[in-house]
Amino acid sequence: MSIVDKGKEAVQGVAQAVMKKAAELAPDSLMPGGRPDPLIRRQHGHIGKPVSRVDGPLKVRGAAPFAAEVALDGMAYAALAYSTIAKGRIAAIDTAAAEAAPGVVLVMTHRNAPRLNPPPRFLSGDKAAAGDDSPIMQDDRVRWNGEPVALVLAETQEQADHARSLIRIAYEEEPAATSLATVSQAAGGCEVGTFMGEPLRAVVGDADAALAAAAHKVEVVYRTPGHNHNAIEPHAATLAWRGDELFVHDATQAVAHTAWSMAQIFGLEESQVHVTSPFVGGGFGAKGLWQHQVLAAAAARLAGRPVRIALSREGVYRIVGGRSPTEQRVALGADADGRLTAIIHRGVTPKTRHSPMPEPFILPTQSAYASETIALEVQTCYLDMVANTFMRAPGEAVGTVALECAMDELAEQLGLDPIELRIRNEPDKDPISGRPFSSRNIVAAYRAGAERFGWDRRSPTPRARREGEWLVGMGCATATYPYHRMPGGAARITLDADGRARVDVAAHEMGMGTATAQAQVAADRLGLPLEAVTVRYGDSSLPGVILAGGSQQTASVGLSVMMAHQELVGELLKLAGNDSPLAGLRAEEVESADAGLRKLDEPGRFESYASILGRAGRSELAAEGSAPMPLETMHWSMHSHGAMFCEVRVNAVTGETRVSRFLGSFDCGRILNPKTAASQFRGGIIMGLGLALMEETQFDERKGRIMNRTLADYHLPVHRDVPEIDVIWTDIPDPHAPMGARGIGEIGITGTGAAVANAIYNATGRRVRDFPITLDKLL
Amino acid sequence: MTPFSYVRAADADAAVRHSGADAKYLGGGTNLVDLMRETIERPGTLVDVTGLSAGITETDGGGLLIGAAVRNTALAEHGLVRRRYPMLARAIVAGASPQIRNMATVAGNILQRTRCAYFYDRAGSRCNKRQPGRGCDAIDGFNRMHAILGASPSCVATHPSDMCVALAALDATVHVSSADGERRLPFADLHRLPGDAPDLDTVLLPGDLITAVELPPLALAERSTYRKVRDRSSYAFALVSVAAALSVENGTVTDVRLALGGVAHKPWRASKAEQALRGQPATEAAFRVAAAAELAAAEPLRDNTFKVELAQRTIVAVLGELAGVEVTGGGA
Amino acid sequence: MGVIVNGTDVELPDDPRVSLLDLLREGLHLSGTKKGCDQGACGACTVLVDGQRILSCLALAVQYEGRSVTTIEGLGDEGALHPLQQAFIEHDGFQCGYCTPGQICSAVGMIEELRRGVPSHVTADLAATAIPCSRDELRERMSGNLCRCGAHNGIMDAIAETYGAETHREAAE
Repeated sequence: MSIVDKGKEAVQGVAQAVMKKAAELAPDSLMPGGRPDPLIRRQHGHIGKPVSRVDGPLKVRGAAPFAAEVALDGMAYAALAYSTIAKGRIAAIDTAAAEAAPGVVLVMTHRNAPRLNPPPRFLSGDKAAAGDDSPIMQDDRVRWNGEPVALVLAETQEQADHARSLIRIAYEEEPAATSLATVSQAAGGCEVGTFMGEPLRAVVGDADAALAAAAHKVEVVYRTPGHNHNAIEPHAATLAWRGDELFVHDATQAVAHTAWSMAQIFGLEESQVHVTSPFVGGGFGAKGLWQHQVLAAAAARLAGRPVRIALSREGVYRIVGGRSPTEQRVALGADADGRLTAIIHRGVTPKTRHSPMPEPFILPTQSAYASETIALEVQTCYLDMVANTFMRAPGEAVGTVALECAMDELAEQLGLDPIELRIRNEPDKDPISGRPFSSRNIVAAYRAGAERFGWDRRSPTPRARREGEWLVGMGCATATYPYHRMPGGAARITLDADGRARVDVAAHEMGMGTATAQAQVAADRLGLPLEAVTVRYGDSSLPGVILAGGSQQTASVGLSVMMAHQELVGELLKLAGNDSPLAGLRAEEVESADAGLRKLDEPGRFESYASILGRAGRSELAAEGSAPMPLETMHWSMHSHGAMFCEVRVNAVTGETRVSRFLGSFDCGRILNPKTAASQFRGGIIMGLGLALMEETQFDERKGRIMNRTLADYHLPVHRDVPEIDVIWTDIPDPHAPMGARGIGEIGITGTGAAVANAIYNATGRRVRDFPITLDKLL
Repeated sequence: MTPFSYVRAADADAAVRHSGADAKYLGGGTNLVDLMRETIERPGTLVDVTGLSAGITETDGGGLLIGAAVRNTALAEHGLVRRRYPMLARAIVAGASPQIRNMATVAGNILQRTRCAYFYDRAGSRCNKRQPGRGCDAIDGFNRMHAILGASPSCVATHPSDMCVALAALDATVHVSSADGERRLPFADLHRLPGDAPDLDTVLLPGDLITAVELPPLALAERSTYRKVRDRSSYAFALVSVAAALSVENGTVTDVRLALGGVAHKPWRASKAEQALRGQPATEAAFRVAAAAELAAAEPLRDNTFKVELAQRTIVAVLGELAGVEVTGGGA
Repeated sequence: MGVIVNGTDVELPDDPRVSLLDLLREGLHLSGTKKGCDQGACGACTVLVDGQRILSCLALAVQYEGRSVTTIEGLGDEGALHPLQQAFIEHDGFQCGYCTPGQICSAVGMIEELRRGVPSHVTADLAATAIPCSRDELRERMSGNLCRCGAHNGIMDAIAETYGAETHREAAE
């Protein structure tokens, strides 16, 4: 990071700190969410109904178009060649054979690539999208093993792939930093990591002294490896220039960010770039702006042809970042009653100089437990490797592994039930910021989960239950993920003369059921039947800068639609005029119901939308609204919560672990659609099972190269690894969140790894602190 | 994929006629097509031999003759295989996925190449199997999946097949056609240890075509099984696998067949363990001694030391299962 | 003779490198069959050839001359969903929808294998001619189809409901 960048981050940090203080001190009523969303009170609408996905028929027929499936006339196919050294320069590059190969349209290298501005690194600006701000094919430098060094365009993919294999490159290799141990242990090798401009560090009291004095303590080191998202759809884009306008059919979690960022890179106005992404084949944090879209657009410009770039599975590993490994030391001190007196959570994780943030594994510990003293810190060091990036619950997914396993270790030492230990340390306000919780019912989630799971059948003594070759055990852990809402939310509602509504919002669908859940919410908001509402999304020309990330899309869209609805009501009242039963009413005096507006305390004063529009001779009426700054997140401590329960069977002969039962008991506010929500919870949990038992990116430190870059070598859970997963929830609305709903997309992966590990300990008496827990560690 | 020409052979003679220095026989394509896409294999001609014999017939002696083009699924579901050679049926269905088993042929399965990640990484890693003399990046790299028996300083790769482990245990014979005529060779002699020529997976010469696999009659095999240990519960290559057949009379082992997968450059016939077992009491203690005898020569690498213990435990457990003797596990 | 795709005779590609998957997606614009890994490791490209499920990414199109290929677009009747497709919607057997066509084609092929008595890794009795349609069998037999969104439970429910499998909920014990 340059000094300028550091300065920028520091300014960003100070500004945020000032705003936070102001938001903390302000009265509730001035905050977004200060007055509960009126939809929270409505109990008989579409919200809460298990509606099947509106795009289900398209998806099951394979008719939902993904980015690599848009056909453009005259399209050429791209293939990328990747560097095979971690650091150095390209000394020579021979493209003659590739250029002469059949069907080749263009070979692009740093020698002929158009000059491009650096990609705006994610978090460096409101609409910055790039996961990596390295220059893209602009010089002969090699920055990581796997960096694109050449692109071939050909008439067919087969021809492009073959020509790519004919390119010969000679490198001048330079010493590279590729070993976490070497770099992190060198003097000055590490520094405190920053996240969103603030240091990843928190201190309350003197935790080291409190730990030394504690009656009971555990001090342990947990290690988690790198992970890759491995969405089944590899990254792809199909794009074309029309004059100076760029049209990109992308697979992205950030259409608006991508349009702006591509414009920056190519020196265009934002309005000259159009990004559509109606269906994303899984994202999990990885589907952002990486080099492939930029390279394809550059090549398309050079060749004067539309281009399809569909990364190979190896290509995804080479240029799209994953989660970094972590080494976390957790120390807990407790008094004789099991009340925490010290929480220490420190450790190290590598990042690159070009990625947005280090893996912030201390995040879940910030609001977890009451303790007299707390010391949290993420140290980071810089490696020459493919950029690390956000992967489902960055921080929490692996941070809960260390924290929640350590809690299990402490419970055993105290002779306390692990749930009881957690309940004893339940904080009444945020332990670090001191802010009140907006809504926190984790104890209720634990109690409901324990009863349903049969926790009382767990033996506190490890290795107490054996069935044939199989040792059986149970474990639990806390899940947590913050409520986020990012600035930039906006949406438009368009009513037509038949009383149908369309919501336009630059949101995304990568499996969450966006169109379905948002149609339910909008229908309730507008007092319309579900069939009368459509949601248009996945297009940068629509309103809003809304990231499908941080589990915040639902809140951001929900509040934006709420604001658009307020505007719409005002416009409708104006349009209704003096001949309407609504004449003279102000927006605060009416509500939407029965496909029209009615006076709140006098339901008889009603006029339908169709009637209002009809009388005014309007075919449609549109209103746009913008969400206010997300000050609520600085006023309350807002988090989704969960209690995870796991039963495992560990084979005493071979060490193989099978998860036989799992229950997630969640407290995430109001659940908008139980069917799609259950799927999201389960999906997170299953990714957590992978994290616990098999997932590991094998980074060969000798060359800085990822070796298991296939789905045969990087193991994801298969059907047989996945038991029936039970999910329940409190369904207690958060009074300060839009619709009363907090995020649900990421929390499932949190706590799961620890629940599995704790169950394995209960089954075998083996405490494995090095993830994933493969069978060799249990032999 | 490097350009190639494609021909379909109507029979073995035609296939052999089409073969040349630059040709490869193509079965189900489940390994070769992948390797061609990775440009590790770059044949000038592909001779499609899926039209060759896909029959399974009983031999005069009561064995089975299995055509080279029989698909893996067809072999596993065949009544005689299930009844007489259950370890073979079990080994096949432990491998890959059903879709792949529907495509893969018997000969193709036998001739599949290692899954060593350094072998696959043509652009970025050294591999003596790909390029003899270049060096091996696996020996000091990620080698959890690699060999503990019979490896050499030039190669520590493993053979990934499950089916072949059973064929090794069953004393199968391979029928081979070439321009020089037909010959048969014991399955155990087909695959090589790497030595200083790890580029050669088998003793077959260019142009040699596997036309069939023959299983001898083996009453013992009716009481046989296959156990595979891997990093997830399905669709993963073996860390260790064991194919075993056992005959016990009056508490004494009268005969045994034992082979291991995931431990060597070839399907590993555990002859030492077999020898140690014959005539011994069918007890856990004797099984342990036999397993230890087989693994005594193991030379594990950085990441696969566990395989030495895992292989022994799995052998003991499988023999225990076949003998109906309860074993205590590995002491875990 | 070419290859028959969903009942239509289609010309084989001139370039023998073209996989059946790329013939479908790029040549015929039948993009319902998905490319997830292009190396036989995910199952997203599963199609039926003469009723048998295979991975179209590892299949060279020229090898399938005269064979009959059914893709997700060819399942079910004109305009109506296949019962399994309907069940996938009902049980939320997908999220992003990318692995879905492969899961569905795989399940259609799988159930034929089960009815035919093809054993699996979890089949206890190899001699048995009828194999129970248990959750364990279904899970094992569908393990060649990866899903990263984690729709596994819904997929199993959809298959079990459609093909009348035992549906006891193991989690309830």
